[in-house]
Formats: sequence, structure tokens, C-alpha cells
Amino acid sequence: MSQSAAPVLEARQISKRFPGVVALDGVSLALLPGEVHALVGENGAGKSTLIKVFTGVHRPDGGELIYNGAPAAFGTPLDAQRAGISTIYQEVNLVPMMSVARNLMLGREPRGRLGVIDTARMYGEAERILAGYGVVTDVRRPLRALGMGVQQMVALARAVAIDARVVIMDEPTSSLEPREVETLFSVIRKLRDDGIAVVYVSHRLDELYEVCDRVTVLRDGRVAHTGPLAELERLKLIALMLGRDLDEVRTGGLTRFSRDRRRARERDGARPVVQAEGLTRRQVLHGVDVSVWPGEVVGLGGLLGAGRSETAKGIVGALPLDAGRVLVAGLPLRTGSTTAAIRAGVSLLPEDRKAEGIIPALSVRENIALAALPSLSRAGVVSDAKIDKVVEVFMRRLRIKAASPHQPVQELSGGNQQKVLLARWLAIRPKILLLDEPTRGIDVGAKAEVQALVDELAEEGLGVLLISSDLEELVEGADRILVLREGAVVGELSGDDVTEDKIMASIAERGAESDG
Amino acid sequence: MAEAVAPPGRRVLAWAQEYGVYAAVGVLLLFNVLFTPHFLDVANFRTQLVQVAPIVIVSLGMALVIGTQGIDLSVGSVMSLAAALVALYLGYGAWPALLVALVGGAVAGTAGGALVAYVGVQPIVATLALLVGVRGLANVLVPQLVEFRNPDLIALGSSSLSGVPVIVVIAAVLTLLMAFLVRRTTFGRQVVAIGGNRAASELSGLPVRRVLLLVYVISGVLAALAGVLATARLQASDPTSLGLFIELSAITAVVVGGTPLSGGRIRVLSTVMGALLMQLLSATLIKHNLPQSWTQIVQAVIILAAVYATRERGTR
Repeated sequence: MSQSAAPVLEARQISKRFPGVVALDGVSLALLPGEVHALVGENGAGKSTLIKVFTGVHRPDGGELIYNGAPAAFGTPLDAQRAGISTIYQEVNLVPMMSVARNLMLGREPRGRLGVIDTARMYGEAERILAGYGVVTDVRRPLRALGMGVQQMVALARAVAIDARVVIMDEPTSSLEPREVETLFSVIRKLRDDGIAVVYVSHRLDELYEVCDRVTVLRDGRVAHTGPLAELERLKLIALMLGRDLDEVRTGGLTRFSRDRRRARERDGARPVVQAEGLTRRQVLHGVDVSVWPGEVVGLGGLLGAGRSETAKGIVGALPLDAGRVLVAGLPLRTGSTTAAIRAGVSLLPEDRKAEGIIPALSVRENIALAALPSLSRAGVVSDAKIDKVVEVFMRRLRIKAASPHQPVQELSGGNQQKVLLARWLAIRPKILLLDEPTRGIDVGAKAEVQALVDELAEEGLGVLLISSDLEELVEGADRILVLREGAVVGELSGDDVTEDKIMASIAERGAESDG
Repeated sequence: MAEAVAPPGRRVLAWAQEYGVYAAVGVLLLFNVLFTPHFLDVANFRTQLVQVAPIVIVSLGMALVIGTQGIDLSVGSVMSLAAALVALYLGYGAWPALLVALVGGAVAGTAGGALVAYVGVQPIVATLALLVGVRGLANVLVPQLVEFRNPDLIALGSSSLSGVPVIVVIAAVLTLLMAFLVRRTTFGRQVVAIGGNRAASELSGLPVRRVLLLVYVISGVLAALAGVLATARLQASDPTSLGLFIELSAITAVVVGGTPLSGGRIRVLSTVMGALLMQLLSATLIKHNLPQSWTQIVQAVIILAAVYATRERGTR
């Protein structure tokens, strides 16, 4: 800690553009030796782009990278690694079939005569190194036989062993048990004491405050804040990440009238259209309960990685659950089957439109008709007339802009692609729609249209579960909000409590961990 | 839209991908009409078509499988299994024997499809296992070549309907059926959607596993039918060598026809054209006394050209 104050790695006004997006816009960040530096921000803030600039995956379009006091231009990830910048990714990138020792020593195995690997020495050395990290294990076993925590530790040990000056950790605890997290933290502290700079990326606030010295908050490709972490209130940190000014946040919205009416209906409604109880999945969800009444918009709040998308996927059967059940209109749903969920009237608009939503090469028409095909055909033969009618109705209602229904959907703008997906679901008349970030990455006009549509659908009696990182959207759109943190519901807000600062306050509450 | 004014090079490439096979077949036909003696003889046409018919039938199933991002290497072995089953059950008559052979193909297809769809084995591995195992089984059932004299079966292989060999008629009818299946049925559209984006198809509630299984079953049945037809024409059951390497011819036909190996698109008629092109090519080179090795080299060039054209389109 008490070494020279000169930064070991410094980004100066780094810019990086991708087609259509400015990922980084004049980002500066100085990394001091012997500090643990938290890097936080929501999706699309530019964290991963910045990391990729540091590690030589991307070359910046503007600005410069200073490493050890001299300008650096890493051509490849290998260059950066050789220079002493190591990265540990969420998924450990080692060779699972090889032994622990081989993984640890890969590329620099001790050699005997004739250049043959001296296995005895290799095992001995590997054991010694790992013991330094509090890991005692048989280094002859294949890596995959070990727990994720130990694998992570091997990755870390390997990173440090190749003379790293900077270690970048991207969500290192996402697959660790609490005990393993403790070991990891002690290793991180050891690295810090050895004068190594650590960049720590995580969304778990408790962890950040436990292990990090300073923090840089990225938002929309810019630095929103940088400074010592201990001096920063949790609430303030969340406000910075979500782009909210604490003072500006006002209670209340403009679109209250419809909400009151819907809440009245909720009380009258006999039972929820969807009732999820105790959704549990190791490392991800810890007993989440969610109910949605007909005509109600329920918002899921929380930071990235809090389990919002996983909750939606769990309900629709796309995420295998360890425990929990889902009732649709009072009837239990076969879990683990999206087909069963959709037949029962539960539909999910996924967060990743490209990977899980559109079928890129197929036409707008076919993308809309996809889920409804069985009802648009007779004896297994599709009816063009029926499809044309449905497609026409929804293209007009959702104002989908395409050259023709036969245009490949991949040529459409993001907003129109999203409308195509909404049309796909509306065509099968669901009872409840789970919308995961329905307005992300679409233009302002389409955004307003989608939001209006959600309101309209709820008016018609559809249940809606709305996931959004945009607090304003959540507050304006939802009647009731469940706040998730680390895979559990930590707060429920309804009526006048549905405000941006109440949501943030709920997220910020210290995790009430009971260490036994 | 900006897409409308594509640069000429790209437009040529797009055209080549769409109609290249048809043009190539046309050019080759024209060349033969002009320079190959006796090419226009009816007998020559018949021979060419009869030879290519089993490949066409197998390719139809292969195109379906490739449309789901899969591959079926077991087709040749399934042909040999069908040949063996036909020989074993011919005592009950030609039609029961044919039925048993088709059931055999369906069972082999179910095995491959179940491995792919339910167990999650990669298609190339699952069907490679079948390629080895099923031919072994066929050889166990019928260890050596068996000749037969069943008139019905022989007629299936050598008779004609108003001048057109029955085998060719069957291949043509199956082509039309397959085109209908892909374009006009729920199943066909689901196959294409699953090949185009499996995750999205699953979230859209398509019965992904069932569709995948069925795709391999269809491929197996078609291969078995091709095996029976080839056996009928040979007038002998030869499980040891029947259908050897036909999976490669079928994949070639599909690829040359412009169906991308990355799935999401199935071109049925073009696949048939691809098979015809390869057949015509080797016939042409043989007629002009070029050695077999030349045929192979030219075929390699055509495959690469087809893959190149498909790739350009896909990465846009």
C-alpha cells in the first residue's frame, strides 16, 4: 500500500466505438499498485469493453493506455498477458481435462534432460504454490474434478505466478460458495499487500465494500464517478450506477390513474394468473415468490445479476429449478418445459433479442407466426390465409416498419425486431407476458410505443411481469414492484411506495447475512 | 433501404448462390449436347437418372437434417441394413420385406435422433457411431452377397412407368413431397426455425426435441428406401459395400445446392440439382476419357465454390 503513488496502469481519455454504439467515451482510470479497484456499472456501461482494452482484445479508437509509465499498445491478449496483465473471467478458462498441476504450470513446466517434463518436480511445485493460497488438493487430479472455487483459485494462482502486475477479475464470485468467497478475499488482500493492482468487477455491493479500496462507476461509456469506496454511501453508489440524481428523484409519477383502477381490480380478482412459489436454483435463486394478478403490471427491480431474468426464465420453464413450483390460474405447471408453460398461457420476451428471440434468417411473417403455427394450420399444413391475416393485424397494430412481411427480420431495426417478438406472443393470446428488458437497445419512439402497448395490454386484463434496469420505466409502468438482491426478494413496494428512491433504498439495504 | 443497392460483385454472388446450381447443370447439359456423342440418347439419360436416384433420395433426408444444423453420417450404413433386411424377409414377399427394411431405417433414425435430441450428443458423433455399428449389424445379418429372383422386387428396380424408370419416378415424387413438407407444413417450418435459432425456438414453445428426433427418423427411412431400391436394381443384396461413402455424396449434393451447413435454410429442389450436377459431371468426364482422379478434383473445386458462395451470404 505504501509504495509509489504512480499508477501501474492508466487509461487516458480512452474511446472505443462499435458500429452504431459508442462503447467508451473519453474514459480515464488510474490503477495504483497495491489497490483493489472496483469497476461497476449496469449492462452496456462499458465495463467489459474497458477490460478488453486493458487486456489487448480491443484497440482503443482514441486516447492512450499507459503501462508502467510508458505508452502501451497491446496487439493481442497474449501481449498484455506477457506484459503482466492477467484476467480471470467468470467462467474459468483453463483446460478441464488436464491435471491441476499441468494447468497451473502450462507453458512453463519444469523440464528435465531431453526437454521432457519433470513431472515429479512439477507436482511438487504446484502443491507448494497452491498451499500458498490455502488450497490443499491432489494436484494430479484433473481440474474438472474440483469445485468451482478451487478451479478459480488455480486460475488466480496461475495468473499471479506469471508475474502479474495487474489482475483483472470479472465477477469472480458468481459461482463460488460463501466459504470459497472468503478464501478468495484473503488471496485478494494478499495480492494487494504484494503491491499488485486488482480490478474487481462485481454487482454484489457487500463484496465491493468488503474488499475494495476505490471505485470507478461507468455509465453509458463515461466515468460517472471515481474515488474511495468507503466514503461513498451505498445509496449514492446505486444512484450513480443507475444514472439517477438522488435530489432530483421525486415521488409520484404522471400516469397514476390507470394504476389505481388496476389495483382495485387486483383486490377483486379471485386469484393470481401466475403464482410462483419458492423458485430455487443453486447459486442463482434462493426461494423467490412472485404473484401476478390479471391486469396487473408487476415490476422486478434490482441490479444486474440479482436474479431478475432467472426468475422469469424459471417461471417459463427455461431455467431448470432445484425447487419451487409455478401455478397458472391455480393449476400447477409442469416445470422445466417451455412448451407446457406457453400452452398454459405464460410467455417470455427474452432479454437477449438476437440470441434468444428472433430467427434472423426468417421473414417478419414467419417470425410472427412461429409460436402460433399449430393454430394457424390445418392437419399440419400451414394456412397462408390465416397467417397473412394475423401478420397483417399485428404489423398494423404494433406499427411494425418493414419493406414487406417477407423481409428477413435481421434487416429490421432493434425496435421493430422487438415489436415482431411482441407480435409473436400476442398472436397466441397469452394470459401473462414476462417482459425482460423490453425497451433495451431500441430507439425512443419505439420505446414509447412498447411502453404504451404494455399499459394497454394490462388494461385488457393481461398479467405482465416487467423487468427493467431503467428505474423510470419501472416506476411509471409497474403497479407493484418486487426488489431482488442476490437471488432473493428483499422488498415489495406498492401504491405510493413505488418510487425510484424507495427502490434504490431497498437495493442498498445491507445484506442481512447470518453467519453461524 | 440501403440493402437495395448492393454492389455488383455482391449481387453476382447472391445470384450465384440462389441459381448457381441450375446454371451449372444447364451449362454442363449444353456442353454435352454439343461435344458428347450419343449424349441425347434416351438410354443414356435413363442410366444417368437411375444411377442418381438413390443419392437424391438420401440427399432429401440429409438436407432436412442439415437444416437443423445437424448431419447424418449413418445413411450409407442404413442402406446396407435395408439391403440385409430385404434379403432376410424376402420369403414373405417383396412388400413385407420392403416394410421391414423401412422399419429398420426408422429404428436406426430413432436411435440417432434420440442421441442427438434427448441425450445431447453432437450429431456428427451420434451418427458416426451408427455409421460403424449399423453396417456391422447388416454384415452380421447377411455376411455375403445374396442374389435373389423375386419378380416383384426385380420389377421395382428395373421396370418403367410410361418410359420413365420406377426408381426415378419415386425419387421425383419424394422430392415434391419433401418440398411440400418443408415449405407448407408446421413441421417443416419448425425444422427451419430450430435450425435458425434453437434457443429462440425453445423459448417460443416449439417441440424442439420431438422435431429433431423426427428429422433423423425421416432421414433413416429415406436411406432405407434408397437401400431397397439400389438392391432391387442390383438384383442382389450386398450389405458389405452397398451405400459406402454415399453420406459424402449426399452432403455434397446438399452443400452444392446452397443449403448452409449452419442451418436455418433448406433448399430441396436445389439439393436435387446438386446431386444431378455431380452425377453429370462425373459422367461427362468419363465420356471424355478423363481419369476418375480428375473427377474428384473437379468435384472438390465445385464444393469449395458452393461453400464460398453460401458463406458470403451468411456472414453479411
